[in-house]
Amino acid sequence: MKPKVLILRTAGTNCDYETDHAFQLVGGETSLIHVNQLIAGDVDLIDYQIIAIPGGFSYGDDVAAGILLANEMRYKLADSLAAYVESGRLIIGICNGFQVLVRAGLLPRLDSQGVQQATLAMNTSAKFECRWIHLETEESNCIFTQGLKPRIYLPVAHAEGRFTAPQSILDQIEANGQVVFRYVSTNGDAPEYPDNPNGSDHHIAGICDPTGRIFGMMPHPERYLTRLNHPRWTREDLPEEGDGLAIFQNAVDYVSGLS
Amino acid sequence: MNVKQIPILNADADELSRISQEGLLSLNLAEMQAIQAYFAELERNPTDVELETIAQTWSEHCVHKTFKSMIEYTETGRETEMIDGLFKTYIQRATEEIGAEWCVSVFTDNAGIIEFDDNYNIVFKVETHNHPSAIEPYGGAGTGIGGVIRDSLGTGLGAKPILNTDVFCFGLPDLSYDELPKGALHPKRIFKGVVSGVRDYGNRMGIPTANGAILFDPRYTGNPLVYCGNVGLIPKDRCDKTVEPGDLIIAIGGRTGRDGIHGATFSSLELDDTSESLGSVVQIGNPIMEKKIVDALMGARDRQLYRNITDCGAGGFSSAVGEMGQEIGADVHLENIQLKYTALDPWEIWLSEAQERMVIAAPPENLDELMAICEAESVEAIVLGTFTDTHRLRVFYRGEIVGDLDMDFLHNGLPRHTKKAVWDPPQHPEPTLDRVDSTQLTEDLCRILASPNVASKEWVIRQYDHEVQGGLVLKPLVGRENDGPGDACITTPVLGSRKGVIVANGINPKYGDIDPYDSAAAAIDEALRNIIAVGGNLEQTALLDNFSWGNPDKHDRLGGLVRAARACYDIAVAYGTPFISGKDSLYNEYRDTTTGEQLAIPPTLLISAVCVMPDVGKAVSMDVKSPGNRIYVVGKTYAELGGSHYYAIHGFIGNNAPKVRPAEGKRTMEALSLAIDEGLVRSCHDCSEGGIGVAAAEMAFAGGLGMQLSLTDLPRDPDVTTDDVALFSESNSRFIVEVVPEKQDAFEKCMAGVHSEMVGLSPQVREAFEKGTAGVPIGCIGTVVESADFIVNGTDGSAIVETTIDRLKESWQGTFRW
Repeated sequence: MKPKVLILRTAGTNCDYETDHAFQLVGGETSLIHVNQLIAGDVDLIDYQIIAIPGGFSYGDDVAAGILLANEMRYKLADSLAAYVESGRLIIGICNGFQVLVRAGLLPRLDSQGVQQATLAMNTSAKFECRWIHLETEESNCIFTQGLKPRIYLPVAHAEGRFTAPQSILDQIEANGQVVFRYVSTNGDAPEYPDNPNGSDHHIAGICDPTGRIFGMMPHPERYLTRLNHPRWTREDLPEEGDGLAIFQNAVDYVSGLS
Repeated sequence: MNVKQIPILNADADELSRISQEGLLSLNLAEMQAIQAYFAELERNPTDVELETIAQTWSEHCVHKTFKSMIEYTETGRETEMIDGLFKTYIQRATEEIGAEWCVSVFTDNAGIIEFDDNYNIVFKVETHNHPSAIEPYGGAGTGIGGVIRDSLGTGLGAKPILNTDVFCFGLPDLSYDELPKGALHPKRIFKGVVSGVRDYGNRMGIPTANGAILFDPRYTGNPLVYCGNVGLIPKDRCDKTVEPGDLIIAIGGRTGRDGIHGATFSSLELDDTSESLGSVVQIGNPIMEKKIVDALMGARDRQLYRNITDCGAGGFSSAVGEMGQEIGADVHLENIQLKYTALDPWEIWLSEAQERMVIAAPPENLDELMAICEAESVEAIVLGTFTDTHRLRVFYRGEIVGDLDMDFLHNGLPRHTKKAVWDPPQHPEPTLDRVDSTQLTEDLCRILASPNVASKEWVIRQYDHEVQGGLVLKPLVGRENDGPGDACITTPVLGSRKGVIVANGINPKYGDIDPYDSAAAAIDEALRNIIAVGGNLEQTALLDNFSWGNPDKHDRLGGLVRAARACYDIAVAYGTPFISGKDSLYNEYRDTTTGEQLAIPPTLLISAVCVMPDVGKAVSMDVKSPGNRIYVVGKTYAELGGSHYYAIHGFIGNNAPKVRPAEGKRTMEALSLAIDEGLVRSCHDCSEGGIGVAAAEMAFAGGLGMQLSLTDLPRDPDVTTDDVALFSESNSRFIVEVVPEKQDAFEKCMAGVHSEMVGLSPQVREAFEKGTAGVPIGCIGTVVESADFIVNGTDGSAIVETTIDRLKESWQGTFRW
């Protein structure tokens, strides 16, 4: 049985095709599901083992990035989502999906009250930016990044990606080992702009919840699946597999092991 | 109900002209008289709904009457000749004569369609949104991209948008406010507004914007140009559309308001400081609405729920329904239309160019399923009326008929114009620049790299999401630091497949100051060079033509247009690259009401090229790769500095604009395409603005490596007698190529035409090679070096450029480090 992956769509979702492709490459059985179908009760979350919230501009990012979809999840899907999380399955949010998870209180989720504890604010450069950046993979219990290379290379494309939170929250996230990815400079030093493309606190690019099963990141792993996605494949010797693929592979392997 | 009768039956010529002008109808006297005659037969006056419908349908924007008109053309020193339509004679005929079997649909639908792979075809369209962007840059540009996306969506039964390309022309960004014409926005303000508009619309739609160009000239100050293009992917069996009597007319998308009324006719007016007060002519964009429409329509398309679709663009419902029902007839009920607010007059509802609306024709039995899909995606859809077999366009409002026009008159009643065109070649002062000193030429090279047309546009490019959809394999910025200027972008729209689409542009209005023929020819050559430089081919490359011109009622402007259209025919046929779609935007002039000065834009032809690449794994980028590799110039250099950047930085235009020699050019491109396909080329860059000097410098600093070059062995015409000409001449059909030493022999043989198989060459070129009459002129001009030094020795061996790649790169990047 292939693991079932629900790729959540709504008005303004736009990275669903490539996210779908990534999960299919690693053996997931994917379904693109509109949030309206969940709210109407036509589709039940519990029938899936992985939920992916892809990038895009859900509802135009009106009010704030991801907040309207986050509120739908908090207020219209609260029970089914709680049951899903409780059952030990996986959720990944990429870019806009990360913004949604943070605003829905599913990340960093220092308690299970569903309260928003951090935010993704406007980039310090004050504009949308699309560029490739280096990430350092932190030691964490995040299911999605187990065994990942210590340094990976992925593109970012966002205007609101600056991870920030009150100091006490940041301290807890660090202490719990919930930081999954940090931006890093090309030579491994602490990054400045544009290596840290948005000015995130502690150079944070991705975090997980305390269980390691809910994970969000600003960079786009689904955009680096093969060598030809890399911006310098015409000049460098690179492996066929892109750095982003392992993240999807880990998710599928984990839920396959559960059943 | 507010429907007026417009009293034209007894109006004299002056009165008819006044009605047209005051109503913003942009109809000339002959057209008004044709309408008068039609209604005289009916023995009644037209309603405002009817007159407005005709004005929109007959607008330059909608029917391209200049390109269809008879032209009486006079060229100095030649006999006057009659041209039976520029479009038919030059554009359409080129495509017909080429007869490429991979062209699926040309000129008829909202975009051209070519074959892609076993399952899909590719659609491509570029549009202009110039006048709206002059008045409201953010909204004008955003709705420009929104509109061209709907062109893809309205082609066949709907294509999925996969790539955007944008080309802008602005006034000089450092213009002093004292020199700004009255009422015009500052070029920097327009620049920033346009970029933000395209960014916010394209990014929100989730379409990569991965290719483009930005040009500057003082004459674009009052009338900037905003070209927006979109490539779409469509299943092979969804490319045909029909419509049948009884089909429902269904509108999907946003609500209708008073925005964008008269956009179609507004585009036929020259701009001045009062244009802004026309207010409602600019539309308001909502990309998320458009994304929802795409999502809903792709689902409905795949379930075969409708059989025709078009976008609501210029002229709103009046154009969309009028076009779809042209051959059969349509009844429309305006009260069914969902409004943003009440109190719109019927003609306003009918004409509004409110954005994000599509019209489809569907059999009544599919209505419920269609509505369910729209509801699931949270998109509104309404039944607007029914297609009929009456051959009439009948418009009803709350039970009463407010418009009743014969479809045949509406679509074929437009009187054909005869326009006069005159071409009198200008003479510009010929500069004498005595520059032999290496500090002078080094300085010139840096100045050209820093000039706004050439300088890095990274500030713009990074604001566009060029990675979304996950298919881009050659990025707009390439090289060691991901910041060199790529020639063209390549995307793989079907993830998992290595079949790719290359998109490139060519545009050079500077040559048009000498002769629009040369400018148009160079634009085609440049677009094709960009395709070839990244690994494309001429075998399956199609072109789009987008003319932005001044007022075609002025004989000199139209004379230039004739010259450009001729070049389109000559060069496209010679290269075997057909036009599949195009557009023209005329009347691009700005009147400064303070000085009375009339500012026409430079005649500007944008050529966009799309190529299907069998294996994107063979692509090359323009950045040099390794020290020790050899640098070749492919193609011959002529003394052609007219309209060059070298002349421009010294304040001259000159007269020797670069010519396209298509026989030579085709040979060069086919041989180089073969060499790249065989893996003989490590990097390749199109040689264009700033000539060999700029192209080599860009390759070097993009690769983070120096170069040691000598022009001694440069393949050149005997007229090239000085080093500045050799370095900066902008002759067409040339490339700079990097080859690893072990492959030099194979590369040289391939270019000389002694390659063993010569697969991929056209029969004519192969024949020329076999006869030994035609090799491609190439010259090895130097080597990639490890250090940062960038040295060029002249034809006599002495240094003419001595600098470092760091200085060159800083010159190139400094201009737009905003």
